[in-house]
Amino acid sequence: MNTISRFWHWLRRGRTAVIGVPYLWLTVFFLLPFLVVLKFSVSEMGTVSVNDIVTFKDGAMQLTLRGTTYAFIATEKLYIQTYWSSLQYAAITTVFCLLIGYPFAYFMARAKPTIQPTLLMLVMLPFWTSFLLRVYAWKGLLGENGWIADLLIGLHLDTGLAALGLIPSPGKFMNSPFSLTIGMVYTYLPFMILPLYSNLSKMDLRLLEAAADLGATPLVGFWKITVPMSKAGIIAGSMLVFIPCVGEYVIPEILGGPETLMIGRVLSDEFFSNNDWPMASTVAVVMVLLIIVPLAIFNRYQAETQEGRR
Amino acid sequence: MNAVSAPAAVAPAAYLQIQDVVKDFNGYKAVNHVSIDIAKGEIFALLGSSGCGKTTLLRMLGGFETPTSGRIILNDQDLAGLPPYELPINMMFQSYALFPHLTVWDNIAFGLRRDGMASDKVGERVEAMLKLVQLAKFAKRKPHQLSGGQQQRVALARSLAKRPQLLLLDEPLGALDKKLREETQIELVNIIEEVGVTCVMVTHDQEEAMTMASRIAVMSEGRILQIGAPSDIYETPATRFVADFIGNVNMMDGTLTHDAVDHVIIDCADCTHYVGHGITGTEGMSLSVAVRPEKIQLQRDPPAGEHAPHNQVQGTIKDLSYFGSFTVYHLLLASGATLKISQANATRHKDDELTWGDTAWASWSPSAQVVLTQ
Repeated sequence: MNTISRFWHWLRRGRTAVIGVPYLWLTVFFLLPFLVVLKFSVSEMGTVSVNDIVTFKDGAMQLTLRGTTYAFIATEKLYIQTYWSSLQYAAITTVFCLLIGYPFAYFMARAKPTIQPTLLMLVMLPFWTSFLLRVYAWKGLLGENGWIADLLIGLHLDTGLAALGLIPSPGKFMNSPFSLTIGMVYTYLPFMILPLYSNLSKMDLRLLEAAADLGATPLVGFWKITVPMSKAGIIAGSMLVFIPCVGEYVIPEILGGPETLMIGRVLSDEFFSNNDWPMASTVAVVMVLLIIVPLAIFNRYQAETQEGRR
Repeated sequence: MNAVSAPAAVAPAAYLQIQDVVKDFNGYKAVNHVSIDIAKGEIFALLGSSGCGKTTLLRMLGGFETPTSGRIILNDQDLAGLPPYELPINMMFQSYALFPHLTVWDNIAFGLRRDGMASDKVGERVEAMLKLVQLAKFAKRKPHQLSGGQQQRVALARSLAKRPQLLLLDEPLGALDKKLREETQIELVNIIEEVGVTCVMVTHDQEEAMTMASRIAVMSEGRILQIGAPSDIYETPATRFVADFIGNVNMMDGTLTHDAVDHVIIDCADCTHYVGHGITGTEGMSLSVAVRPEKIQLQRDPPAGEHAPHNQVQGTIKDLSYFGSFTVYHLLLASGATLKISQANATRHKDDELTWGDTAWASWSPSAQVVLTQ
């Protein structure tokens, strides 16, 4: 068998084709565009688009790479602050989603098997309406005479929130860190609940009986057995919430305010207001690196622990 | 321990008393008026097929289920309503329920830490337990890195670590293959006896129960049919069910036809039985005679037995199964019934070996028979 026919044989095997589809998809719609963005980030802005980085001068190929945008981001305080604040908002959102989502997923997984599909559907029900519509709805709920706003005022929580600097002044909730966080937690909560539920529902409940048998009260059993055993679900849920939150654009645009700095808005401003493609691309590249590098290190560490177990 | 003083005239109460316990699941009595007394240091087996209530009874002892009525008293303490984590009882679960995220060491230390034991004491006890089950080398491993037999020993060490007043074993060897099971039975009993803990085990495997337990309770449909030492249950079963459930048996239904002073004669379809031991009955009464296959002799010529023509029958060998150390013959009788006969293969080759299609005589002595009325 020659090399070519062997290649075809390999390609025609069903497994290769099945695995190939997502790889092809990711290459065409993620990897290539990312490389284009990477190229933009080191190019110079021309009149309508970026200049080519490769030029021919006197028959010789010349490569021009500019690192000025990266240097600018690294030294300009506003960018650093914005990245930091994006990571903070994403982290806070993740923590709240976990605090709300864990008990939710836990009781869902321990509910009667007959009502579990219904509960699961209720979690997914919000996806049936437009995401934009749901975020806009919060404008009404938190705006003047919105019933959640009225409720918070009625409970005198607005003065506390104002004192903490989370809302601009008592009685005004919109366009504040508070409204932004509520919007993000609300939107991303299902992404925390679903992996946690799938993890918790698979747990062997006899382990809790064994823990009780050995003297663990239900609360101790929960902390020592249930929580450590749902680690994979906690990690999966947290990643599903944290990663998109860092680059979130729509929610800060609708519910955020002047002081809620998020990198997604900066990115959009650079592209559409300043028309500075290299700068915008650099912001995007740095954001991706900020997320991917720690994740890669974490994954490697996880893989090593897994390996160590074998 | 509660200092409850027992009335002086009564004999010392058993260590574990199960008193008229009932467990009702929505009208279905999984455990139906069960009473058992178990002595200190005993290994007691609850034996029965699945769904007979043995596991429910064990779970009530462990505090995982509450009896609908009746009392469970351990060492003079009534266990009613106590949750599992307050009971001085530990259980070795079926397929072990080891904590997969903890090492062997931490699995064994889990219960000790819940008691707030000082860490150096915990260390000492865990080391002692690891030594007891010969797993010191595996302390840092996770359960999934161990073989089935090793996991079983970790589970045992974990359930013994707190020095429970009562050890419960739920199908302790059910997850092991046959060869390993036989080795482990002896090892498990040795460890339990070394520690000296009172033990109640649940099993559906009669060999396991007979090898390990000092006494066995045979259960069916939530009730206890017979309690006794393994040999009592095997040799003098109280009912047809027990005789049939424990080991192999030839059950022959018949009628008492002749009642003499020192013996009775029971007529069955293919043969008549001479029963010389204490049977009191009336002529015409229906009875069953049970004879174990290994207590029957098989030969080509008519036997010249002491009680001939009773206790013997002729038939054709329909089937034979060779097991190595013994052979089981299936003898087809005139009525169409089959008699199972087990013969030890004491010599390597016999000159005149019985084989398929041969006509042969089966005979048994009166001491081999068990007469059952219920």
